[in-house]
Amino acid sequence: MFFTLLRRDLLAIARSPALWLPVMFFVLTAALFPFAVGPDARLLARIAPGIIWVAALLASLLPVETLLAPDVEDGSIDQLISRGIALELVCAARIVAHWIGFAVPLLAALPVAGVLLGLSGADGTRLAIALLLGTPALASLAVIAAALTAGLKGGGALAGLIVLPLALPVLIFGVGSDVAGAFRLLGAASLVALAVGPFAAAAALRPE
Amino acid sequence: MAVVEALVIDNLACRRGGRLLFDAVSAHVAPGGALLLTGPNGAGKSSLLRLLAGLLQPETGTVTGGGRRAFAGHDVALKPRNTLGTELDYWARLDGGQQRLPGALAAMNLTALVDVPCRHLSSGQKRRAALARVIAAGADCWLLDEPTAGLDTASSALLVAAMAAHRAAGGLVVAAVHGDIGLADAASLRLG
Repeated sequence: MFFTLLRRDLLAIARSPALWLPVMFFVLTAALFPFAVGPDARLLARIAPGIIWVAALLASLLPVETLLAPDVEDGSIDQLISRGIALELVCAARIVAHWIGFAVPLLAALPVAGVLLGLSGADGTRLAIALLLGTPALASLAVIAAALTAGLKGGGALAGLIVLPLALPVLIFGVGSDVAGAFRLLGAASLVALAVGPFAAAAALRPE
Repeated sequence: MAVVEALVIDNLACRRGGRLLFDAVSAHVAPGGALLLTGPNGAGKSSLLRLLAGLLQPETGTVTGGGRRAFAGHDVALKPRNTLGTELDYWARLDGGQQRLPGALAAMNLTALVDVPCRHLSSGQKRRAALARVIAAGADCWLLDEPTAGLDTASSALLVAAMAAHRAAGGLVVAAVHGDIGLADAASLRLG
């Protein structure tokens, strides 16, 4: 059941015209900063983790309006509920699919962003591990926000306002991943977000 | 199809947006039976069907029996970019009814359209697809919201035949309708 749902969600992402949007956004942000900040390599390398984390957070929010709202509008969610399929399962599949859809391409594009920002190999590896640990939380938060704003006009902007404060711990531990214990806290933030996410999103989707 | 219990609607009340749509609604649909929900616009026909489908919670009252239910509402739940075949196969997979799908497609005269993306289907064809999904679900109780809306005469006849076959096998049909949809000896419940 879970894999049928997940396969469907992944196919929907693969066919979406916005497939390349998050990763393009991520690389473009990394490419623009050297121009905006100036060619000071040491400064760029120092702020690179911050830039990359902000870009990753915003990239996770780009498809938020298409994560759940179309399914609510076209009756797909009704069909799932009437089959007695737990919305928690539906939302869990959506979180996994969203993570694969935005975080995996982003990790693949990280070397490019690292070169553009003058990141050293060791820093780049640490950042990749931090992103791997932290992006599941971002995916979960995005799906919660998508569930809360599904059916609202201009829900995307509101979703951003909902996610940003909740994503702060991930951002802080992610950027400060050279501090002892940051990886563990990052992993913990993701585990909490993944544990809460399916239930919070399902509760928001359930008709009153 | 296994032997199904009768669908019993007991003293049901529904409140939507602070307004009491209906109350004290009771009905009994035996296996092989059919119930037509009639009444003016806004009387609560769709809400009663959504209640039976588990999409709304009743204010008071209970719904029991009726076996597994399948719902076809106003929203067809078809993704515009996917082909009709992909869409119906997904739902049939969730229902464990992939072997029933070819028959369901044939029953609604959709076999020739399986490779067509849903955005190119007419509203009547989408409606037929939603009905084919109900047939393929293999559910005991069909919940149909104005199933003939947008259907031409030939397609309505297909629906009549499908409903007759479903009832002959012991299935139940509950349909919200305006006018006759060709359900023989169906009980009628007037709301509003």
